[in-house]
Order: sequence, then C-alpha cells, then structure tokens
Amino acid sequence: MSYPLLSLAIWIPIFAGLLVLATGSDRNAPMARVIALCGAILGLLVTFPLYSGFDSSTSAMQFVELVPWIPRFNINYHLGVDGISMLFVILNSFITVMVVLAGWQVVENKVAQYNAAFLIMSGLMNGIFSALDGMLFYVFFEASLIPLYLIIGVWGGPNRVYAAIKFFLYTLLGSLLFLVALLYLFIQSGGSFSILDWHQLPIAMGAQIWIFLAFLIAFAVKVPMFPVHTWLPDAHVEAPTGGSVVLAAIGLKLGAYGFLRFSLPIAPDASQELAGLVIALSLIAVVYIGFVALVQADMKKLVAYSSISHMGFVTLGFFMFSAMGIEGALVQMISHGFVSGAMFLCIGVLYDRMHSRQIADYGGVVNTMPKFAAFFMLFAMANAGLPATSGFVGEFMVILAAVKFNFWIAFAAASTMIVGAAYTLWMYKRVIFGDVANDHVRELNDINGREFLILALLALCVLGMGLYPQPFTEVMHASVNDLLRHVAITKIQ
Amino acid sequence: MFNDFVAPSLYPAAPEIFLLFMACVILLVDLGVKSPRRTLTFVLTQLTLLGCAAITLLTSNTEVVYTFSGMFVDDMMADLLKLLVYGAVMLALFYSREYIQDRQAIPKGEYFVLALLATLGMLVMISANHFLTLYLGLEMMSLSLYAMVALNRESAISTEAAMKYFILGALASGLLLYGMSMIYGATGSLEITEVGERLYTYSVDKSVLVFGIVFLVAGLAFKLGVVPFHMWVPDVYHGAPTSVTLFIAAAPKLAAFAIVMRLLVSGLITQAADWQGMLIVLSVLSMGIGNLVAIAQTNIKRMLAYSAISHMGFMLLGIVTGVVGGDARFALNAYSSAMFYVVTYVLTTLAGFGLIMMLTRAGFESDELDDFKGLNKRSPWFAAMMMFVMLSMAGIPFFVGFFAKFSVLQAVVAAGYYWLAVAAVLFSLVGAFYYLRVVKLMYFDEPKIQEPIEGPLFIKVLVSANGLAVAALGLFPQFLMSLCAYALMRSLT
Repeated sequence: MSYPLLSLAIWIPIFAGLLVLATGSDRNAPMARVIALCGAILGLLVTFPLYSGFDSSTSAMQFVELVPWIPRFNINYHLGVDGISMLFVILNSFITVMVVLAGWQVVENKVAQYNAAFLIMSGLMNGIFSALDGMLFYVFFEASLIPLYLIIGVWGGPNRVYAAIKFFLYTLLGSLLFLVALLYLFIQSGGSFSILDWHQLPIAMGAQIWIFLAFLIAFAVKVPMFPVHTWLPDAHVEAPTGGSVVLAAIGLKLGAYGFLRFSLPIAPDASQELAGLVIALSLIAVVYIGFVALVQADMKKLVAYSSISHMGFVTLGFFMFSAMGIEGALVQMISHGFVSGAMFLCIGVLYDRMHSRQIADYGGVVNTMPKFAAFFMLFAMANAGLPATSGFVGEFMVILAAVKFNFWIAFAAASTMIVGAAYTLWMYKRVIFGDVANDHVRELNDINGREFLILALLALCVLGMGLYPQPFTEVMHASVNDLLRHVAITKIQ
Repeated sequence: MFNDFVAPSLYPAAPEIFLLFMACVILLVDLGVKSPRRTLTFVLTQLTLLGCAAITLLTSNTEVVYTFSGMFVDDMMADLLKLLVYGAVMLALFYSREYIQDRQAIPKGEYFVLALLATLGMLVMISANHFLTLYLGLEMMSLSLYAMVALNRESAISTEAAMKYFILGALASGLLLYGMSMIYGATGSLEITEVGERLYTYSVDKSVLVFGIVFLVAGLAFKLGVVPFHMWVPDVYHGAPTSVTLFIAAAPKLAAFAIVMRLLVSGLITQAADWQGMLIVLSVLSMGIGNLVAIAQTNIKRMLAYSAISHMGFMLLGIVTGVVGGDARFALNAYSSAMFYVVTYVLTTLAGFGLIMMLTRAGFESDELDDFKGLNKRSPWFAAMMMFVMLSMAGIPFFVGFFAKFSVLQAVVAAGYYWLAVAAVLFSLVGAFYYLRVVKLMYFDEPKIQEPIEGPLFIKVLVSANGLAVAALGLFPQFLMSLCAYALMRSLT
C-alpha cells in the first residue's frame, strides 16, 4: 500500500497527455492514438487497487497523501478517498478509456491535441474527486474547464463557439462565488483549507446560509439544476461524441459530488433549512425537464434533457437526509455515468455514419444495423429505468426514500418512470423501427469490432450493476452513515 | 558654515550611479557605432542592466538604509523591485530588438539609451523617501517614455499618442506636486517617513491634509492608469510602437506600485481611512469599466490596455485592505498580496507582448485580434503559450494569474469586505470573456495567413521560457509569494 495511487491516477493521464501532445502533427496520428490508449489503460489499472484495497468498514479517508504545497496560505496537496468519492475515480478512468477508443477512427483532425485534451481532463477530474484541500479542489475544478472548452470549440458542431463560451462562462460564474465562500471558510477556520477541518467548524446560521447559497450556485450550475441548466443542451449538441460522453458521465457528477463533500457537511443547518428549495428545484427538473425531453427533435438534445432530469433525482436523493436516499442518489450517479455515456456513444455511432442527429432523418435502422439496435435497446431501457438494468436501482432507492419522506414528492418523482420511458422509447421507436426511411439508412454498415467492444463493455457494466448492485453500495455505507450523522448535528453555537 | 557637512554614503545608491554613468558612456559609444543593427549598443545596454543587478544583489542587506539626508532609501522591497525592473527591461529589450530593426524610422541607438534613462527613473522612484526625489524619478521616467512613444517619427498615430501621453502625464505630475505641497503645508516636512511620524505624533490641520491626499491619490491614479484617470492608457498602448508598449506595460507598473507604497503606506498610513475609501472607488470603477470596454476592442493592444486598467484596479484591492478600522494587523498580508499581483502581472504581460511582437514582421504590425486567428494551425506551441498568458490574465488555475487573484481576494475577505470580493470576482467573469475570445480565435478559427512564425531561435526560447514561467509559477507559487512577503516585512516598520 505504499504506492501513491491517487497521485498516479491523477498524473499518469496528464503526463500521457503531454506525451501525446509531443507527437505533434497528424502525420504521427497512429502513434498519438496508441500512446493515448496506453496512458488511459494504465490510468485505469492504477485505480483498481483503490477498490480492492478499500476498507469499507470505516468512513475515514483512505489512500491519504499529504504534502505541503503553498505553506504561505497553508494549502496542501492533500488527497484521499472515502466511500463516496472512490467509485468516481474508477468510473472516470474507465470512461476515459472508452472515449479514447470511441475517437479512434472518427477523429482525424488534430488527433494528438484531441486525445491529450481528454487525458489531461481525466487527470484533473480524478484530482477533483480525491482532493481533500479546498484550494486543491478548486484548482482542479476550474482547470478542468479548459480542456472541455477546447474540445467543444475545436472538434464541435456548427454552433460550437457559442456553446463553448457559454459552457465556460456559466460554470466560471458559479465557481467564482464558490471561491469567495472558500476564502471565507479559510479566514473563519483560522487559516486552514482542509475540507475535513471545515466539516468540524462551527458557523453561525446567517453565515451558513450564505455559504450554502454560494455552494449551491457553483454546484447547481455544474449538475445542472433547473433553472441554470440551459448551457447543457447547447454544450452536448455541439460537443464531439467524446466530449458529450465525458460531460454527461463525469462532468455532471462533479456538482453532485460537491453537494456531498461541501454543502451538506460544512453547512448542515442551512442544508436542512433550505432543503425545501433544493427539493423543489429537483422535482421541477425531474418532471418539467422530462416533458421537455419528450418534444426534442435532436437525439443529443433529448439525451441531454434526460440527463438533467436524471440528475434531478440525484439532488432529490441527497436532500431527504436518509441513507437510502443518498445511496440511491450515488448509485444513480454511477449508473447514469454508464448509461448516458453509452447513449451518447450510440448516437455517435449513428452520427459518424449519417452526419445527422435529427430523429426525423432516421427510421428502420434495425434492418441494416441489427447488432447496434440490440445494444441501443439495452441502453434505452436502462435510461428508462427498467428493472435489471442499473438505471432502475438508483431511481428505485430514491423513490423508496421519498415515500418515507413525503408521499407527494415520491409521487411526482415516480412519474418520471413513465415520462422517462416515454421519451426514450419513443425516440428509439422512431430511429430504429419502422420502414427504412431513406437511402442513407439503407446503406448503413453495422458496428465494427471497436464499436462492439466499447458498447459491450458498457452493456456489461449496466447489466452487472442492475443485477447485483451490492459491490457498489457496500463500499458507500460507512461513509454515507457518517455523513448523515454529521448532518444531524447542528453547527450553530 | 559647512563644518557639519557629512558626505552622504553613496553605497545604497550604487546601482543608480552605475546606471547613469553607463547611460552616458553608451550614448557616447553609440556615436561611433556604424552598423545599422547597433549590436554593440545593444550588448552594452544589456550588460549594464546585468551589472546593475549584480550591484543590487551585492549591496543588498536586510536592513533599511537611508542616505542623502533621508531623501533616498534602500530596503528589501526596493532591492526586490529593482531586480524585477532589470529583468523586465532586459526581456523587453530582447523582445523589441527585431521589431525596431525592421522599422527604419525608429532611431536605434537612442532607443536603448532612453530605455536606460527610463529605468533609472524607475529606480529612483522605487527608492524615493522624499517628495522631491520621488518627483524627480517620476519625471525622469515619464519624459523618457514620452520620447520613446514618439520615436517612430513617420507614424502620425505614434505622435498623437505621445502628445496625449505628455499632456495628461504633465497634468498628473502637476496634481501630484500640488498634493505634495498641501501635505507639506499640513505637516511641514517633505520627507516621507518624517511625514508619517509627524502625522502620528502631532495633530495637523485635517482639511489641508485631506485636500492634499485627494490630489496625491488623483496623481497616483493617473500614473497607475485607473478609472477615471485612465484615458491615456488605451491611446498610448495603441499608438506607441509595440516594442514601446511592451516597455510601458511592464516595468513602470512595478515603479508605480513602489510609489504607491511609499506615499500612501510609508507616509500616510495614519490617514488610511481617508485614502482607502478613494481607492475602493477607483478600484471598482477600474475593474468594471476596464473589463467591460475591453470586450468591445478589436485591436489586441487596446484590449490589453483596458485589461491593464482592470488589473491595476484589482491590485489596488490589496492596497485598500491593509488597515481595517485602524487595525493594521493584516497590512503585511494585504500589501504583499498586491505586490505579488503586480509582479506576476508584469511577467504575464511581458510574455503576452513578447508573443505579439513575434508575430509582427517588417511592415506588418499584427496587432489586430483577427491576426491571431488560427494560430494553433500555424504554431501549436506558441498558441499554447498565448493561451497560458490569456488564461493567466483571466485568473484560471493552474496559471499564476489565479494565485495573484487568490492572494488579493483572501486579503479582501480577511478584511471583511465581502461585497468587494464578490464584485471583484464578478468583474473577473466579465474579463474572462475577452481573454477566452483570444483563445477562441487561436484555436477555433481558420488562419488568415498560413506563414509559419519566424524569428531568431534565442527569442523563441526566451518567449517560451516566459510563457512556461507563467504556468510554472502557477504550479509552484510559494517561493515568489514568500519572497514578496519577506521583502515587505523587512521594509515596513
């Protein structure tokens, strides 16, 4: 256990990314791809011991690394994971491998920069999930905007510039207010940036409310919650497939993770006080955005809105303050990572062939791409929350928690089972079934080996998690229970 | 009559004396240099600055030393700022060599001598402990700079800029002098530390004193270029030859910081409540107007001029938070954060203008924003460098500009000015837009010109080192931060 696993998980992808950049122009594209894949796989391999070596009986931070970074302001390079964050490090590293594979033949323009951006972003995101120092978290949190900004802007669709800048500025707005809150905590705690110290710091109610609101803006933009969600459909539609996958699978989880790491434990009284607000916003996301998804004509936009709706479940689960709700939300986050990633990859498979994301341009794809249609079916079902897929487990747990909390909230939340099934399956029907719509569809080739591999791996995850979720939930118990104990104790003195 | 005359110690002023001597020598030597490249003049100039740096290092000690009957002070802050001035001037001259070579109308020999004399002015400003010494240094620097702006005799726009600079600069000097005379009237001393002591010990005529402070602050605001005394900045930045803009944008900011520290902190700290209020207004206006107007610019020199205005406003935040309700506990923290801000700003600006100069060629200025279109296609390496500069100015981690903003903001929060911190971050958000637009032009757009970037290898290495320093100091800011704090701790009494 002497290896600094978390540092490796952060820096292997980043250095691999720099190495990929060094290959230079597109003449060396094959080499760039190979290096990128090796870096991503190596980055994934070093995260496996995080799970196998994890002690699920304790809520304490594990694999801790602590090195002074900027002693002048008492900022430390302080890493560690608990049951809440550990799975996300692995998920992120896994998705990175998928993304590198997904761009293998598709991206032919500035290949080195493309792969490097994803690898560097992957490292930065691992940093976000494992940072235990407020400033370190913030630095990773904000730096991770840069690669995605470039990914959307350079390899994106026709309206990419607008989407990239909107994405960047929207997120920056939230995180700048977050920075002021961090500085306030730094001063109040007598000069500490340690998140764990902040968890113990007594804060008056008035200040807690302000801190909570600053956190809420930062994380709500990132999740994204209604009404600050409008950047997400733009970003998803314009981003290349890989960008959408990372954004949906990992990017959105950052905000939700922030709620658990910052909002709930640092401002517990304000969290209880303002839980109604968050729950209301979550329900609007779940129900209203679900209906918005129903009318989308663009497949990516549809999945983007469905992501917002699913993330509404996550924030709903957090703010009912029950172990069932939080664990359900966490399961939902991981499941959504697999399912939304897979959905975007499926749309990418179609887009690579037809260069259209409009549902109306498709029809009868099953006739020409049967293997693809089978995979797409599975992921669509998971997105709709069908039992035996991972999508079901999280939603069911959250709804169970909601029934205990308040029947009508549970009622509203459960309605998404219907709406979600409606928009996903209706899209599936229009794209896949029916008569062959036009000559373009008639000439489609079924998925090749590389695409099969990616989708099969994701399908295994989705099914595995749906049939046997215990390996995922058992590592969370101790940390979630500790968090709940913490939230129940007032910090007002 | 002269019995009590004691010869002043020349030791603390050794760098200034050496610089003056060498400037005269170089002026004479240049008469004999026939080559149009003026290699000898250039080399001598750089060696002189190197010699000054050596002398400053050798004569540096941790004590505060006064000489010339208290008119001149040599302390750690002065030594550190002087060393940075030498560095900034040397870099600026390296970067400008090719530029002035390509432009026939600019006299080559005089260029270097004027630069040296301006540097001498800055050194005197930095070490001034007397209103007259300070004024002398200021005028020496300003007059040299006016001449440098006008050096390109064939350019009408340069001449216009020089006129504006001269007239407004003279007005500002007048204001400053007037303020000084009022303070002399109130306290009966021209020596800055003596003024501070008398204000501490005796009660003085408050109305005369505050009257003087208003003019003093207005004069300083002119020199710093903060709103509403900023009118000259965009015109001079735009009109001056780019090499001179680079010169004006960098080292003089360090000297301006020094005179703010000398006048307001060493002299008038007891009146902090009066001038801090004024500076807050100047600072908020500068951040607001600077950032908003920069958005509308199409010329990168003008854009960076408005960006400079906003940065100086941000830096002032560090100065205004030194004394809270008569309590100077946070002074060191606040002033050293402002110093760190200036130093890193100068470093970043040098890299930015260095890159702009590299894109210029004979007869082509490359100072429009559109000239940066598609830079990533022409040279990925230098596009990355420019991106570092822009992101650093926007305050995005891991670049040094983030830690500059961070250190000033923590001082603001520590002083309890929460609304000021929120205003500052919101204006940074506005600023991020136009910095990101440069990144957008470089990465998302197609190039207008395809030519690769040419230039001597040495300059390319130097610019790269400068750009990498912006990133490296962002990863490891501790040393420079502590250095600034240490120098100020040794200098403030």
